[in-house]
Amino acid sequence: MADSPADKLAKQNVSAPILGPGHDYASVTDKISSIVLTHRTPKWWMLGFAVSFALLMLLMFAVTYLFALGVGIWGIQIPVGWGFAIINFVWWIGIGHAGTLISAILLLLRQQWRTSINRFAEAMTLFAVACAGVFPLIHMGRPWLAYWMFPYPDTMKMWPQFRSPLAWDVFAVSTYATVSLLFWFVGLLPDLATFRDRAKNRATKIIYGVLAMGWRGSAIHWQRHEMASLLLAGLATPLVLSVHTVVSFDFSFGIVPGWHSTIFPPYFVAGAIYAGFAMVLTLAIPLRKLFGLEDFITMRHLNNMGKVMLAAGLIVGYGYVMEAFMGYYSGNQFERYMTLNRMFGPYGAIYWCLIVCNIITPQFLWFRKVRASVGSLFAIAMVVNVGMWLERFVIVVTSLHRDFLPSSWGMYYPTRWDWATYIGTIGLFLTLFFLFIRFLPLISIFEVRQLVAIEAEKKKAE
Amino acid sequence: MAQIFHHSTNTIARVSIFGAVILIALLGYVAEVVNNSPYVTDVDVAQPQPVPFSHKHHVGELGVDCRYCHSSVEVSSSAGMPPTQTCMTCHSQIWTQAAMLQPVRASYRDSKPISWTRVNAVPDFVYFNHSIHVAKGVGCTTCHGPIAEMNITWRAQTLYMRWCLDCHNAPEKYLRPRSEVFNAFYTAPPDQLALGRRLVSEYNVQKLTDCTTCHR
Repeated sequence: MADSPADKLAKQNVSAPILGPGHDYASVTDKISSIVLTHRTPKWWMLGFAVSFALLMLLMFAVTYLFALGVGIWGIQIPVGWGFAIINFVWWIGIGHAGTLISAILLLLRQQWRTSINRFAEAMTLFAVACAGVFPLIHMGRPWLAYWMFPYPDTMKMWPQFRSPLAWDVFAVSTYATVSLLFWFVGLLPDLATFRDRAKNRATKIIYGVLAMGWRGSAIHWQRHEMASLLLAGLATPLVLSVHTVVSFDFSFGIVPGWHSTIFPPYFVAGAIYAGFAMVLTLAIPLRKLFGLEDFITMRHLNNMGKVMLAAGLIVGYGYVMEAFMGYYSGNQFERYMTLNRMFGPYGAIYWCLIVCNIITPQFLWFRKVRASVGSLFAIAMVVNVGMWLERFVIVVTSLHRDFLPSSWGMYYPTRWDWATYIGTIGLFLTLFFLFIRFLPLISIFEVRQLVAIEAEKKKAE
Repeated sequence: MAQIFHHSTNTIARVSIFGAVILIALLGYVAEVVNNSPYVTDVDVAQPQPVPFSHKHHVGELGVDCRYCHSSVEVSSSAGMPPTQTCMTCHSQIWTQAAMLQPVRASYRDSKPISWTRVNAVPDFVYFNHSIHVAKGVGCTTCHGPIAEMNITWRAQTLYMRWCLDCHNAPEKYLRPRSEVFNAFYTAPPDQLALGRRLVSEYNVQKLTDCTTCHR
């Protein structure tokens, strides 16, 4: 019988499976757990970890110097008081969003292709949030008083200014970090138990045993685990939208041309998902190559992530167009000036770089061939990573540096300490990630086993 | 497969869940208690002085007015510490040979001020003005406590910002008539709230709680 067009389409999708052929429960468990338990530490891991750790030390050095001398070592001044710290904060927190989207929203939508990428994407979320959290703290003049941001019964009878989105930010980000951590850890439990059971020496057994919290794999454990995962997914889902919305409020509540715009929340959320998927691809492509995980992170995954990136990129592009349009349509001379200055002012080159990175480059993802090529996907993801950083630079700096009064105009130039701190947080991120891939299952073993069962049932049905 | 953990681990794990909650609550409570204890605030701790000056004797028993020594309290931000000459107005005539007053006479002879140990001090970044408080009916003992009972002076209030704001938010609870401001034995009448409300409008007392009122 001839295939209908719909069947053909379905077959095309199936042609790149979400799990390589010939896997059973044992082979899945063996393959993923052997990365941690039986293989010796690879040379590339040692090298990568050494470099990351060196960069982490650079962060420690830069932050120590900052605490000793104060934020004057950075390039910030009036009118540009935010600078790198806020640019990097928004960049990192945005990167985290893809992890939550993959693990929570795609779980609720029952997208099976999330299974093998959710674990390390969630780890990426956690580590990105950790990097993001560094910046508002060190951007305060007196970071040792950071606990003042929380409402607690203090001797000053002072509360945070709840009318300020900066106070909401504290709650948004700390909730996000907590829920992400819980979700990640709950997901890890069965796999930690697998590690405990397969570990060879006593110390390893005890460490994974403590972390597994007494998981025995009984039916009631699985039932509760399923329920907890769903509940946490339900909690995490609104956070995907709310966290970056609140971050965008940091800007849009300010009566500053270039910030004071109602399009900011959706445009920031789309930007976050865009940047996040770019980072997931940036991590996934080397990982599958280096650990030989092509059976688990298949071309289907890379293809799908390319599609999500393209969609999110288009929304971001719409945001840019609308910003420019509103500069003209508002009829407000300051808005118009800001838009023109953003495009053709002293930072104009950065604006056009950002347009090339974030709007032009991802258009290649329309082509199936590009999405099927690992190298070009990686290149596009890297370009988007850079582009999204440039976007935050443009939003923060070009909006601030030309104040309403020409007498208050100024230029912002980052210093070497700005760069050291920024590069240092990349070191922090990579250090945590290298430790993660060495000591924890970077792909969810039990969920891939479920996938094996589902695939087998599908075969039977055929 | 051998068990890794003893079966008591189950109980320990369960207890530790509640234990963690209780521990965190306890830590918060301890922090609050320590922060309000005399160890941190110096409240009720008599400070040793170079001369054991007794407010109880001078104010309580002899009835010396506050302003006799703290003479700038009505016109200046600082109440003023008396120079040795103020002491000597009396002590050049009475107790002239008392051993206890030896440092006072030495100070007078050498023109070297006595270095008293400070008892009440607000932080450096707080602007505080005695004269306006006195003019609006805040009594000395409202902040400085039962000074007429202090043999050696101690701090009566924490001087925490929380404490400042308690009065700035509800001055009617504390105000007294201007004529009673320097009365060291004043006790609030039973209808303090009614009196306070009347004084608030009569003295035009504003509830100044802007940051810049004190942090200038």
